[in-house]
Amino acid sequence: MIFLKEVVEKLKIEPVSSASSLDRPIAGGYASDLLSCAMKGAKKDYLWVTLQSHLNVVAVASLSGLAGVIITEGNRPDAETLSRAESEGVVLLVTPRTTFSIVGELASLGVRGD
Amino acid sequence: MLRPFLADLHIHTVLSGCAEVEMIPPLILKQAKRLGLSLIAVTDHNGCHNVEAMIQAAQGTGIHVLPGMELQSREEVHLLCLFDTVPQCQQWQETVFAKLPSLNNKEDIFGAQFVVDVTGEWVRTEERLLAASTDMGLEEVVAGVHSLGGMVIPAHVDRPSFSLLANLGFVPESLDVQALEVTSRFVPATGYPQWPQLEAWCLIVNGDAHRLQEMQNRTLYKIAAPVIEEIDLALKGEQGRKVIVEWPDSRQRS
Repeated sequence: MIFLKEVVEKLKIEPVSSASSLDRPIAGGYASDLLSCAMKGAKKDYLWVTLQSHLNVVAVASLSGLAGVIITEGNRPDAETLSRAESEGVVLLVTPRTTFSIVGELASLGVRGD
Repeated sequence: MLRPFLADLHIHTVLSGCAEVEMIPPLILKQAKRLGLSLIAVTDHNGCHNVEAMIQAAQGTGIHVLPGMELQSREEVHLLCLFDTVPQCQQWQETVFAKLPSLNNKEDIFGAQFVVDVTGEWVRTEERLLAASTDMGLEEVVAGVHSLGGMVIPAHVDRPSFSLLANLGFVPESLDVQALEVTSRFVPATGYPQWPQLEAWCLIVNGDAHRLQEMQNRTLYKIAAPVIEEIDLALKGEQGRKVIVEWPDSRQRS
């Protein structure tokens, strides 16, 4: 079982909220930019990769009990989104890289999708 | 005194590459008249170049035309932005163009983007690709349009793409809009179970017409005048203003 902390270090992605909660196991991975799909496809303890940075991302992550959300292509959540993520204990991570390259690396670290 | 306005607030013209060539001012107005519409809005993708021609063409027809556009937000959510006057809309156009990627249109893929005059004659072709996402978040769009005195209505929320519900999962709790648009295919009997959140919202039906036959006459506004302030009151159901939507009977559908 791989932990979020290890993924953050290996992929050099930056935690921008709930950075003290990286000691979480990752049960699987999911990628989509449609939140309606993520609500179904991203399950408890999954890591979700998306380029969306809207406030609703936090709600989806909290609702489904996700291990974290990697926001790609340099998109950064605004202050309200960050503060909500902090209060909900949702780990948001950012990277300038694309979803494709992040998912590729996650797969090589052994994170599996459905 | 309150008057009934049968309206379709989401109509494309030939400025939208995906619209048919028949979507020119005289033909849109002829179809609006046939459908009994007295209020329409021109809403092309991220552009309002044809609103002035439409408004001029409508003079004396008894049909009131609101200038607007269908904006694509950063989240790829489509939003109707409606205004009372052409200058308000043109000011919004400037903001939109500052946030729209500077790409050239590829006519063989996206279709040609025509600017036309009051008779529908070709004036010029817009070379900049309009069918793209602006770099503005949903809430940023709502605030920007409000600051100019306009109104935002999320478009076709029941569509599987470019819609608030598909792209963002659900309506954000603090979103400052009064109504949501659904497509003409929306049927309450099946739509509400699929999206229970919609039951709390004022829904309106527009055609999102890219061809004349797609225009809709299913939403009636009981208002004192065809202006944003009055439409806003109707969507909220305040001061006697109201919206009445004619829903298709699901039992008669095949």
